[in-house]
Amino acid sequence: MTHERSLAAYLKADRLDTSGPLLEFGEVHLSFGGLKVLDNVSFHVDPGELFAIIGPNGAGKTSMFNCLSGVYRPQEGTIRFLGTDIIGMRPNKIAALGVARTFQNVELFEHLTVLDNLMLGRHLHFKYGTPAASVFAGRARREELANREVVEDIIDFLEIQQFRKSFVGFLPYGVQKRVELGRALAMEPRLLLLDEPVAGMNLEETEDMARFMLDIRDELGIAMILVEHDMRMVMDLADRVLVVDFGRPVALGLPADVQQNPDVIRAYLGQEHSVIREGDS
Amino acid sequence: MRGRPGLITSYRRDIALFRTGTQRFWMVVLLVVAAWLPLWMPNDWLVPAAISLFAAIGAIGLNLVTGYAGQVSLGHAFFLGVGAYVAAALSTETGPGTRGLLAFGFDMIIWLPLAGLIAALLGVIVAPVALRLKGLYLAFVTLGLVFLGTHLFQSWKELTGGAGVGRRAAELNLLGYRLDKDGEVFGLFLTDTQKIYFLGFVLLIVMALVAKNLARSRIGRAFAAIRDRDIAAEIMGIDLTRYKVIAFGVSSFYAGIAGALLYTVTGFLEPTSFNLTLSVFYVAMVLIGGVATISGSIMGAVFVTMLPRLIDFAAEYLPYDPATGPLNTGQLEAIMFGLLIVFFLIFEPLGLYGLWIRVRNYWKAWPFSY
Repeated sequence: MTHERSLAAYLKADRLDTSGPLLEFGEVHLSFGGLKVLDNVSFHVDPGELFAIIGPNGAGKTSMFNCLSGVYRPQEGTIRFLGTDIIGMRPNKIAALGVARTFQNVELFEHLTVLDNLMLGRHLHFKYGTPAASVFAGRARREELANREVVEDIIDFLEIQQFRKSFVGFLPYGVQKRVELGRALAMEPRLLLLDEPVAGMNLEETEDMARFMLDIRDELGIAMILVEHDMRMVMDLADRVLVVDFGRPVALGLPADVQQNPDVIRAYLGQEHSVIREGDS
Repeated sequence: MRGRPGLITSYRRDIALFRTGTQRFWMVVLLVVAAWLPLWMPNDWLVPAAISLFAAIGAIGLNLVTGYAGQVSLGHAFFLGVGAYVAAALSTETGPGTRGLLAFGFDMIIWLPLAGLIAALLGVIVAPVALRLKGLYLAFVTLGLVFLGTHLFQSWKELTGGAGVGRRAAELNLLGYRLDKDGEVFGLFLTDTQKIYFLGFVLLIVMALVAKNLARSRIGRAFAAIRDRDIAAEIMGIDLTRYKVIAFGVSSFYAGIAGALLYTVTGFLEPTSFNLTLSVFYVAMVLIGGVATISGSIMGAVFVTMLPRLIDFAAEYLPYDPATGPLNTGQLEAIMFGLLIVFFLIFEPLGLYGLWIRVRNYWKAWPFSY
């Protein structure tokens, strides 16, 4: 546990004391040709909040993440992160502001070890350049060792010690998902985007992932946006929930309120049926 | 840790170049053998051996951009050519009659770094193409570079002497000391080829070390990230433009240095030699040696460069003689390359390096199976 506390201390060290919302989505419109992917989506995320986005397949959840991390460029609206408008910024600049993400389909660097993948998450925390790298002494080695310590803390936190030197391409899917979370955490983000972190996982792996997410929120104080189909997990963990359907926001509020919303039930099930019973089954 | 001296107990030792004493020991053995070989090798072995050392520098360069950073380049011959001609032009023209060729008469201490730097500069200029194109498309654009280069080298007669005429390669005059003349070094008589071999030996150690350091640093990790998943890499904060430019720049620098020295062994430069075939030879070195490995690049370069000599050597003990048979050494070599590339791509994608790892792991566990 000491490791987790030291990691928490480390990651919290330079957290900005923001009074306003961390992230603001203001009337965002995104379309590909005639296809409206996001239609007037507005919401905000507060510091330290676990915000969930749910909706049927093709509702535009991942597109929101892609707008947020700079892969897509919405035609209208504003996306403000810590007061900065990030629309049109390159993904690496947005990452430097403190946005990290995991992917729906694991996007790890498969020919590298777990260690190297996590060290890549630390990329922005390295300062040395090509000349220093070519001698690999002094400053370069110092930085490598210092960042290795942080990465080792994350390895402890996520309980993946035995996979440290394994090539990620050979790891089981559940572990890969965990490594991807670790890589995003290694960036020391202010906002963490999780795109279906438990999709395709068994119950035990899901429980582990839920535990990590709660630890990240409560111990590290990192705000998260969670996109997930596992309804029970969303309702258990999230502070607030946004429901989207066909790119339009359907409902936004506390999990308990959202699941009673008739529009949500219609969007999800197309008939009179209780979402909660579906989740419990 | 008492009783287990080999146990790694610090991150510092974990990221060291040689993690165990065994690795260090065998590296020293390898270096001693490589330094002792030229002292007794006959010249027909020594010439390809010396060439292979410089080729290894070029192969490391190609492996950095193609193996590590995943930017497939068929343009390596162009950068080798640039290095060769910058070096030759900055050096002294010593051929019979100067024939009005460019020759600035600089020392090797000037022309060698400049050959690398000018090639690197051209690499940096080409790099932005890689921002737009990937894979096969990038390979085709870099292929265009080779055609451009061949045309330029053949028509710029003041620089290259023109096709079929050529010029002498750069003169190995290091701070007034002639590396391309027989003479005594520390009381030991060395021929010109032996001296050149030792030049390549020292230079290869330095440049391989630098490349290895780059590969295990944040730079090498960023290269690999771009190769494996470029969009994810950018979302992790990696500036794609910057790292692709670094990859092409460093790779071309290595090619420039290699090109400058490759032809000093035979002493002659022919403008038509910087063609697609040369690029393919370097791709073969990388594939046969091992993609994204520094030691593999060296193994691949030595193997590919020594192959014609090996074929000739094998022919002495086989009923087939390439000197009289329907297939000569060059043709056999081409067939062997094709077969070897197919073999390695299918059976051992990590190349000679992968074979070496297998052999090593086998003997590590010997006499047990696991």
